[in-house]
Parts: sequence; structure tokens; C-alpha cells
Amino acid sequence: MSVETEFDVRFRGVTKRFGGVVAVDDLDLDVRKGEFLSLLGSSGCGKTTSLRMIAGFEQPTSGSILIGDDDAVGVPPYRRDVNTVFQHYALFPHMTVLDNVAYGLKQRGVEKAERRKRAQAALDLVHLEGREGRKPRELSGGQQQRVALARALVMEPRVLLLDEPLGALDQQLRKDMQVELKRIQQEVGITFVYVTHDQGEAMSMSDRIAVMCNGKIEQLDAPEVVYDRPSSAFVAGFIGEMNTMAGTVRGVSGGVATIDVASGTVAAPVDGVHPSGDVLVGIRPEKVRVVADLDGPNRVAATVVTRLQLGSQIQLVAEMADGTTLTAVVPRAGTDADVDDLVPGDHIHLSWSASAPILLAA
Amino acid sequence: MSTPDLQTGPDVSTTSAPSPTPPPPAAAVGGAKPRRRGGKATGPRYPAWLAAPLLTYYLVIFVAPLLLLVAFALATQADSFAGEQYAFGFNLSNFEAVFDGLYLDVFVQTFLLAAGGTLATVLVGFPLAYWMARHVSSKRKMLVVLLVMIPFWTSFLIRTFAWKLILDGNGAFAGALGIDILYTWKAILIGLVYGYLPLFVLPVYASLERMDWTLVDGAKDLGATPWRAFRQITLPLTRPGIMAGTLLVFIPMAGEYVIPQMLGGGRFLFIGSVIQGQFIGASNWPFGSAVSIALMLILSAFVVLYVVSALKEEQFGE
Ligand SMILES: Nc1ncnc2c1ncn2[C@@H]1O[C@H](COP(=O)(O)OP(=O)(O)OP(=O)(O)O)[C@@H](O)[C@H]1O
Ligand SMILES: [Mg+2]
Repeated sequence: MSVETEFDVRFRGVTKRFGGVVAVDDLDLDVRKGEFLSLLGSSGCGKTTSLRMIAGFEQPTSGSILIGDDDAVGVPPYRRDVNTVFQHYALFPHMTVLDNVAYGLKQRGVEKAERRKRAQAALDLVHLEGREGRKPRELSGGQQQRVALARALVMEPRVLLLDEPLGALDQQLRKDMQVELKRIQQEVGITFVYVTHDQGEAMSMSDRIAVMCNGKIEQLDAPEVVYDRPSSAFVAGFIGEMNTMAGTVRGVSGGVATIDVASGTVAAPVDGVHPSGDVLVGIRPEKVRVVADLDGPNRVAATVVTRLQLGSQIQLVAEMADGTTLTAVVPRAGTDADVDDLVPGDHIHLSWSASAPILLAA
Repeated sequence: MSTPDLQTGPDVSTTSAPSPTPPPPAAAVGGAKPRRRGGKATGPRYPAWLAAPLLTYYLVIFVAPLLLLVAFALATQADSFAGEQYAFGFNLSNFEAVFDGLYLDVFVQTFLLAAGGTLATVLVGFPLAYWMARHVSSKRKMLVVLLVMIPFWTSFLIRTFAWKLILDGNGAFAGALGIDILYTWKAILIGLVYGYLPLFVLPVYASLERMDWTLVDGAKDLGATPWRAFRQITLPLTRPGIMAGTLLVFIPMAGEYVIPQMLGGGRFLFIGSVIQGQFIGASNWPFGSAVSIALMLILSAFVVLYVVSALKEEQFGE
């Protein structure tokens, strides 16, 4: 056997057009063996199309796709070592749960007793013991979801593709299933490619996140890297909240850039290339603190515009002297002075740590 | 409201709430919405007398003629040329005559040709319906459905007569091609398929339209070849439509008499022709009635057998 590469799926310059619409645009993507990779992006950015090209339901207009070491272009879905969990599950309504799960093994010619045994084991894995004889419509949405998962997992594919599998579930069930999915993925060690437009979901489960926009990948990194060092204003705005300020670089020294913005100057750490000209500076709301005075660096005076209770946290939107606003999310009973008593109109002082500002390409 | 009234009223049960276990909605049977659970069984209640117009219609148009037919079938044809004279009574000899060797052959021939016609209609109609549902763009679908129905706008008689001209070995079409099948069973088969195709295509098309095609993707994803996905997913899920279609064409085909007369040249006797002959030609209404009833009974038996066996194969609903 040849030496296996460390990637399960590779896209090389893949473009997919539907008539005049470019759904996927010159995409390069390497999916590592055993990783949980999320494709994250807003509606219509080409997530499903990318997934369907891996599954074999769509063929790229140009470019190549490798699954393992094999060229996958032109190979029909039923001859690919990948399986899909469909958004609406696509369970066969005329078959029992057990027959649904055993369906793929039957196509492979696995003998009946063995089929049952393996389907049963897959149902146990997703905690659906005792429901083998039911029809799909006799199960709740969450249970149907588990059947769909078991049906794909029982095939022990090289890659498991999931297209917004939790989209139809309510909030609580979603949370539970996120934990469950991650557990199962770690237990079976199969590579997961997970499509979602829910950034929280992507953050909590993924080893890496590919943030997509208009058929391209904007950034592909571990969740904390995408969060802490977003490569563009789009990524920054898509993953979590972000205050952005347009400004001009005045100078760079000692790994710190000084940027003129409307409300004054901001110092942002730089690594690698030195920025110049017009830039965007971003500061995460939770990195902004309420402080007592203006004694110290990175401080600014502002007036509270709105105050929003977020359970254990409070979101403050404050207007600075030049009229631009800064959003802060602070703990309720935390270190910050009297935030619980703040009301719109109050004058406050805001501060952020030296490492908080992020330079984004304008 | 007094409860005794409700309980003793004979036709209350026909109009009160639906049965406690309602059949699943058509979409669920068709597999279109696998996530939908059974809906609530409580519809609005209507007063029983609202059923009166329908009941009256049903009595006048269906039950009364049927009773008349039974009465005639049990009557005796009086032996006079003077006019149609019948002695009503309870005479089973008409039925005995029906199952005489002569007419038994006609029954067998009728059902063989109707079955053959149905099979041919399925073989032509299913691919057509499938193509309409899956390969015609949604913008053109209405147009294609319309094209399928357009022949209905011309008289059945005229269309069948047109086939006679087309298939005539001495005519411009078949003659030029050197085909000579007019007045053979092949001509009858062509006529049957042509005449009844829309009745099969439309219900099958409707059930294919309701089909959730991601299920077929699901099957292929799990390793099913297109043919297996079709057999194991598409076919069972559209079976109700296919059953409706086959019944819709088989039953009238078995009662057909225009097509065998025109395209078979009277050489292939259909039981429908016998019935027509008894009523119009021989003026033996009692015997004609007995043949009609025999045809109805045999057809009903066929239908019951077919429905039961088809349902057994794949358990729908509960
Ligand atoms: N079969 C198709 N025919 C024509 N256009 C298509 C087809 N499938 C997708 N598209 C188009 O390609 C683009 C990308 O679609 P895709 O389904 O991949 O988006 P998505 O990221 O999955 O969005 P969503 O989050 O809404 O599911 C869209 O503009 C869509 O309209
Ligand atoms: Mg999608």
C-alpha cells in the first residue's frame, strides 16, 4: 500500500457554476485526517455546494478534488467512501429505524445477521436502543437526527459530511447534540466536515473553521485563532461581535502601530508585515472595560447610549466625543466599577488592554 | 342537545368526526415530509343533513340503476317477437348462461387484452411520468401536463377512428411503412394504450411530483446504484399513485367495446361488446344485465386482490 497522505479531502482550484451563478470560486481546501472541520458562512456562500461536491452529487465546473489519494471528479456518489447526514435527515419513511441504518450495509452486500449487529451497535452509539422497530415519523426530531447519524456512521466512511444537521432542532436540543456530536466524533475518529451558519456551533465543536464568503474561504484556522486574529473585517464581524474603527497608520515602532482614528489614536500590536495607509482597527466588546478615570494608556471618555442585560453580562453601547460608538460587554458583578447602576446618559471611561486592538485589512 | 338523538340517528356516523386513527396524509405516504407527525383527528362537525344532496345523487345515479340491473338479470325474457316483454322474478338461468363455455372464452380474452393493455400503458406511461416530474423544468411542467390532457378535448370515437386510418394497411401511413396490423390484437393494444395513457400518467406524475428526491440522494450516498435506489426507494414510495393509475386504466379497458370493434374489426369479442349486443342488437336485457353484473363482480375481485397484494408488499401507514 502506498503511503497515505495526511489529508482526507483536497480541493485544488475548484470552481462550480450554476448557469451564471458562481457558487464556489477557485477554492483550495485541505481537510486533515481525523479533524472536525466546519464550513461556516452566511446563506448562499457555497457551503452546501462544496459539501455536495465531496459527496459526488455535484461535479466541479473546473479544478480537482481528491478524496484520499484518488481523483474524485466523475466518481458517482455510490462509489465514494464518504457519507452524508442530510439537513432534513432524508430517512426512508417506509423502512424501520433498523432497516434505515442497515441500508448502506445491505448495498455493500453485508450478510443479514452481521448487518443487524452492526446497525444495532451504531444505534447504541447514538443512544437509540429500543427504537429499532419504529418508523422514522414515529420519532422526535432529535431522535430522527440520531438515526441519520447512525445510518452514516455505520458505514465507517473516510469522511462524514454534515449539512446543518442541527438546523431543525430547538435551542436546548442543539446544545445537547453539539456535545453529543463532538463526543461521537472523538469516539469513532472519523473526519467530519460540518456545514453551519451558526458561529457558536462552529466555535464549540470544530478543530478548524473555514469561514466562507461568496464561494471563497476567507480564513481557515483553529476557532480561537479565527476569533483572536481574524484575517479580515468580514471574518471579524462574522465570528462574534467586533468594534471597528477606520483609521490611518501614523507610524510603527517596537511592534506597535499607532493609528489615527476619529476618536483619537489607538495603539495596536503588529506581527509580520508592517501596516501602512488606511486600515481598520477592531476591538472585541468583551475586551473593553469600564474604568474609574482616564489615567493610563488606551482610555477614552464616553457617554452611555444603551444598556442591555445579557444574563450574567451587560452590554453597553457608548458614544465617544467624535460621535462614534464603542460597544462593551462587561460582567455584571465583576471588577468594573458600578456597571450595574449605569443608565443611558451617564458619563463613563472605557479602557482596553494593549493586546486587544486587532489590525484588519481595510 | 339530546344525546339519544345522536346515538340513534342512522346516518350520524357517516358525518361525525373522522375515525380515531386517520389515514396518514398523502404526503406522508408519498414520503415527501418524513418529519411530519400525524395531524389532529378533530375536524369541524357538520349537521348530518348536509350529506342529503350527495346521498340523493348517489341513490339516483348509482344505487337505483344497480338495483334495476339486478332485477333485470333475475328476470326472464318472454319468448315473443312482439316487443320487449319480461317476467320479473328470481331466475338464475341468465347467470348460468354467462358461465357457459362460449362467454367464458370472451371473458378470458377480454381480461387478457385488458391486462396486456394495462401492462403496455405502464411501460409507456411510467417513463413518461418520470420524465415529466424529474427532467422537465418547472416552468414547462404545466405545458407538458396540458399536452398529456389535450387528446381528451376531442371525442374518444373520433380519436379511435383516426387510429383506424393510421393503421390501415392500405392507407397512407401504415401502408407506406408496410405495416398491416389493423383488425388484429396488436391494433387493439395500440388503441387501448393510446386511449387510456393520460389516465395512468396523471396520478403517477402527481405521486412522483410529491416525492422527496433527497431520499434518492440519501440512498445513493449509502451506496445504492441508481437502479437500486429506484427500486428500493422511488418505486415503493410512489406505489399508491401507480396502483391508482393501473386501476384507472384496467377497469375501463375491461369494459371497453369501441376500440375492439373499430380496431379489431369485431374479430376480437370483448365482454363489453357482448353486453352492448344484448341490449341493442339482440334485445335480451335480462341476459345483458347478467353479463354486466358478472363483469362487475369479477372486476371487483381483481381489484381487491390487487390492492391487498400490493399493500402487503410494503406496509404503509401504521
Ligand atoms: N442546483 C442549483 N442550481 C442553481 N443554483 C444553485 C444550485 N445550488 C446552489 N445554487 C446557487 O449557488 C449558490 C450557493 O448555494 P449553496 O446552497 O451552496 O449555499 P449555502 O452556503 O449552502 O447556503 P445556505 O446556508 O442557505 O444553505 C447560491 O447562490 C445558490 O443559489
Ligand atoms: Mg446550504
